[in-house]
Amino acid sequence: MWLKAINTILTVIVGIGVAVLLYWLLNKIAELLPSRLEDKIKPWLYILPAYLALVVYLIYPTIVAFIKSFQDATSTEWVGFANFEALLTNAGFQQTLFNTVLWMIIVPTVTIILGLGIAVLADRLQPRYENLSKTIVFMPMAISMVGAATVWRFVYAYRPAGSDQVGLQNAIITSLGGDPVPWLQQSQFHLNSLLLMVMLLWAQIGFGMVLLSGAIKGVPTDTLEAARIDGADERQTFFRVVVPQIKGTIVTVFITTLISAMKTFDVVYVMTSGQFNTNILGVEFYRQLTSNFNNGAASAIVVLLLIATFPVMLYQVKHFREEAAR
Amino acid sequence: MSGTTSTTPATATTSQKTPRKAPSSREGNPAKAGWFARITLAVICFLWIVPVVGLFITSFRGETEANSTGWWTVFTNPGGFGFVGFDNYTQANATADLGNAFINSVAIALPATFIPLLVSAFASYAFTFMHFPGRDALFLIVVALLVIPNYVAFVPILDLYGSLGLSGTFPAVWLFHIGFGMSLAIYILRNYMGTLPLSVIESGRIDGASHFQTFWRLILPMSMPALASFAIFQFLWVWNDLFVALVFIGPGENSPMTVSIQNTLLSQQGAGWNLVTAGGFFSMIVPIIVFLSMQRFFVRGLTAGAVKG
Repeated sequence: MWLKAINTILTVIVGIGVAVLLYWLLNKIAELLPSRLEDKIKPWLYILPAYLALVVYLIYPTIVAFIKSFQDATSTEWVGFANFEALLTNAGFQQTLFNTVLWMIIVPTVTIILGLGIAVLADRLQPRYENLSKTIVFMPMAISMVGAATVWRFVYAYRPAGSDQVGLQNAIITSLGGDPVPWLQQSQFHLNSLLLMVMLLWAQIGFGMVLLSGAIKGVPTDTLEAARIDGADERQTFFRVVVPQIKGTIVTVFITTLISAMKTFDVVYVMTSGQFNTNILGVEFYRQLTSNFNNGAASAIVVLLLIATFPVMLYQVKHFREEAAR
Repeated sequence: MSGTTSTTPATATTSQKTPRKAPSSREGNPAKAGWFARITLAVICFLWIVPVVGLFITSFRGETEANSTGWWTVFTNPGGFGFVGFDNYTQANATADLGNAFINSVAIALPATFIPLLVSAFASYAFTFMHFPGRDALFLIVVALLVIPNYVAFVPILDLYGSLGLSGTFPAVWLFHIGFGMSLAIYILRNYMGTLPLSVIESGRIDGASHFQTFWRLILPMSMPALASFAIFQFLWVWNDLFVALVFIGPGENSPMTVSIQNTLLSQQGAGWNLVTAGGFFSMIVPIIVFLSMQRFFVRGLTAGAVKG
């Protein structure tokens, strides 16, 4: 154990040391060149390692995913659109897609509504209590979904009627005289998917709330006072004066949560493995890759996801250019 | 319309805010800390924290007690607590080899945090303070890549690692997290560096400092809030990651805590609830300490980069 710990520390130091050394060397190489050439070449040396990482891990795999999505399970033969056809005509996969869309709509929307609500309410407390309540809501962000699963099992756990319930929700229901419910198996109205979303929301609302709260505090006080003098009530002030001024942040939070909802994997994988009609794209991808050994289908899922992210990507770029132009 | 938050450099907004905040929020909401706000928030905080309290209590209960009665019964019937001290922690450690997994998590998370920090800081410096053809286009590509989900890369990178013999090693996950942390890191850092006063950098240049020196002595120290916030973000993300570790390392000698707990304690054959909770709580200690102690920097740096949007 100690040997392992020492070994680890050494690995960490070597890993980071190599990275530092790389830049030192790149810089030395540039300095050996005549100074006019040096100035031209240095920016490229500075962005080279970063771009190398982006090309190897993001750009190259995206291209490969597109290619493999048109090939068979072992990537040996071209099959045209067969992977997509097989997926999209499969009833189970259609449900998976539908569930993913639900995640993409519900999670960001609820994050914005609750995040704004908590931020506004906390803003009215004394700073001490404001910070305390924000910290409590923000904290689950530090907890992994594996950790969250150990936590939330106690909320959703099910024991047959008659025995003592160890899950909080069923304990409340039975104490009110109802029958215990196996929550995570209730797929009518996608109830179990919603319950899984609650876990992600529990972990993520704090992040949105903190960003929104920062924006709300940045709204100039005189605009609020002007609105009040004009006779606007609290609600009107909030929706007509505050919200338009923090629109930028709302969009940022929405997009950030949208992206994380799209790529959700852990919550569903750990809690239900996608059973009981809770499957989503991330888990289906993992299943195709590791149980079905079907690279073609796995890549086709990735391509579908990339197509879904494309509008978001365009929006980001467009938005950034507008910002930069100001 | 996104007026103040986006056009003024976000750093300025945040630093001004601290002194200004106290009077403005009190004046702006005269006597509005009414019972409604207080009660609602108290209820929300209660709901938010209850699951964790349950976890914490259960992790100290005996096996039979934890598996037969709800954790909340200890308040009404303290006799049924079945307090076993740290037994569950020792036993969970023995079952899932959590001590080893803890070291692995550290070994994965630290380099996967600091290497991208360094790499992206150099790139952000070039994007902010140096002039070269194609600079803006290259930066826009970084922004576009922000939305790419990480499992896009699993199939091609598995192949690549397979032929390089990297699978199952720490560098395999380091490199992966470097790649996928890069666009966010450059985005946050460049936004922040863009708010630094150019005059300081120029005076350094006139004094004959090279870019390398300016970077190390001026820009890095001045960018601390943004560096810290990305570091915390990335550290939490890597420490808590299950998907990447599962695919590229998998269960075994090198697996981090998330994989070990998922594989031995949470999976179907399932250990007792007392062990699951002990393992779960153990895995949360480091990220929660990091989070609570660094929360301030986290928020400051994030609002600098993200409020821009």
